[in-house]
Amino acid sequence: MPTHAYVPHAPGYVDNDGPKIVTSRFPHEDSYTLERYEATGGYDGLRAALAKKPSEVHDDVREATVLGRGGAGFPAGVKWGFMPPGKYPYYLVVNGDESEPGTYKDRLLMERDPHQLIEGCLITCYALGLAQCFLYVRGEMALAQERIAVALNDAYAKGLVGKNILGTDFSVDITLTWGAGAYIVGEETALIESLEGNRGMPRLKPPYFPAAIGLYGQPTIVNNVETLSNLPWLMLNGPSQYKTYGSEDSPGTRMIAVSGHVNRPGVYEIEQGVTTFRDLFYSDNFCQGIREGHELKMFVPGGGSAPWFFPEQLDLPLEARPVGAAGSMLGSGAIMVMDETTDAVKAALRLVRFYARESCGKCTPCREGTTWEERVLQRILDGEGRPSDIDMLLDIADNISPGPYPNAADPSQGLEAVPFPPKQTTICPLGPSSVAPITSTIRRFRHEYEAKITKRDSIPVMAETSEGGS
Amino acid sequence: MSRFSDANLAIADDIISRYPVKKSALIPLLHLAQEQEGYVTDDAMRHIAELTDTTPAEVKGTGSFYEMFKFHPVGAYMVNVCTNLSCQLLGGEELLDHAEKTLGVKAGGTTADGMFTLEDVECIAACTEAPCLQVNYRYKLRISHDEFDEMIADLRAGKAGDIPEHGTLATIRQSIPAGMGAGIVPPEEASEAPVWLARNDSPDGES
Repeated sequence: MPTHAYVPHAPGYVDNDGPKIVTSRFPHEDSYTLERYEATGGYDGLRAALAKKPSEVHDDVREATVLGRGGAGFPAGVKWGFMPPGKYPYYLVVNGDESEPGTYKDRLLMERDPHQLIEGCLITCYALGLAQCFLYVRGEMALAQERIAVALNDAYAKGLVGKNILGTDFSVDITLTWGAGAYIVGEETALIESLEGNRGMPRLKPPYFPAAIGLYGQPTIVNNVETLSNLPWLMLNGPSQYKTYGSEDSPGTRMIAVSGHVNRPGVYEIEQGVTTFRDLFYSDNFCQGIREGHELKMFVPGGGSAPWFFPEQLDLPLEARPVGAAGSMLGSGAIMVMDETTDAVKAALRLVRFYARESCGKCTPCREGTTWEERVLQRILDGEGRPSDIDMLLDIADNISPGPYPNAADPSQGLEAVPFPPKQTTICPLGPSSVAPITSTIRRFRHEYEAKITKRDSIPVMAETSEGGS
Repeated sequence: MSRFSDANLAIADDIISRYPVKKSALIPLLHLAQEQEGYVTDDAMRHIAELTDTTPAEVKGTGSFYEMFKFHPVGAYMVNVCTNLSCQLLGGEELLDHAEKTLGVKAGGTTADGMFTLEDVECIAACTEAPCLQVNYRYKLRISHDEFDEMIADLRAGKAGDIPEHGTLATIRQSIPAGMGAGIVPPEEASEAPVWLARNDSPDGES
């Protein structure tokens, strides 16, 4: 008896038959209340953690290989180990500034199960000896801010956050903070800048991780909302149970948002590494196929920043290593599906325009390059394109991200995959991300570009008349 | 007068108290100023600078980086239509065109009666529910052209439902009850190892 269905109080989320680690309470309408949370095992993960030494909690997270769910997929337990010993205070910054095109799992987690996130924050603070936690929520997510505020107020009142948590010597404050509309603040050093009250521009690297130098110059762990939401379950059930889900390289589940031209777009919790794109798009348990009468043309497998995939990549599992080798990334777990009615140039322009608007302006190749990419694509789409424009786009792209850009294989042209990640001339990956839609579409659909190009490269020289000029 | 009102000054002080460094409160305080006036005024930025030991230029320098802050009057309702890829695939651009016709302004414009400002925005994280929009940061999902017109008519008729006026985000704020906090101090006053880490050195894990 299939139970999978949309859940009216959590629009977009599909409750299906799969295992649930982070969305287990979503079917309850009141999942965001402390009452429901405590009735369903809430804060027992924290109790289990507090019964262990802090270092043992860190060991559990390391052993479970909890991969970061924000985009880069770096193991949280390893990241936690990068903090220099003894340089107190240490801070935790929770990245809830979800803004990647196509992505919206974190918003659901914050709106539907704020206590689970708070519990995950507390477990992290306990394990690492952190002085304070900052929960940074995207500015536009008013309901998420409200749900977290209420959850924190309730948790403080019951002694679950703050001084002497659950009657122990463990004390930590969690501060809810929120942004004001800037995609780049999702980059962890830009997030820290924003939290310090500055313009949200990424910091120079190295250091590559704020674990070395972060908030107020102190060691800082920046973790994604979904990553931390896994911890209460992990503490309660242990690493070996956690690893029964997913694959060896990518244990556990992750939340995937599939949007675009499928019959049942939605946010699904899936097992990592074992579910394939084909399963996700076509099976009854997930998206139930491409919309009626149409067929798959292409898809973005991991948020707007990922190089595009095509029908040949459908049988890849949703797992970082094979997807990376095939020329793209899983990123933030957002998949955008496009059928044959989609204009490749128009779709590429829309994503490029996003990067042009969101470039913070710090690095010249990105600030200038994304703007030019947008202008050239726009004129091609407007019927004002010149034959040299295709090479010009590739040249601008090469200035932001030199060398062969990651791309999927195209057997019909005898082209092999170029593995992820791209090289970059910029501090952060925003600029290189703008290249993905361009190279993906030019490589595959050059004819669509050529068909739109109507202008000549140069103005024809007028023959001189015998009477001479003026 | 667009410095913080007495009630909002108390809220501002409470917000500042939750950060180890005052300047970190800058963005939330700019939101509070926008909540009070509908946009961020020069006087409000001067007041924020006083409260956070910064200069008005620093406040504006930070604020002007972020799209949500408006430094001039805008409509009572900010209508933000998403046209990013997921929405584009399912009619986001057509919805924006329709909104421009219904409201009689181009994206970026404000209606003559000061009721609505229309914006063409980037992904607002409701991609499976395309096309979608936010009115003062409250979602309208899978919205048809007719539903859009109804929504505008309702708002004009004063039927706003749960949508507050522009500037208000969460309607409930965080508040740490007296005596329940762990104690938020500047980083230089927190250079000792947290007490519970001593458990790592004891054989049974108890401290």
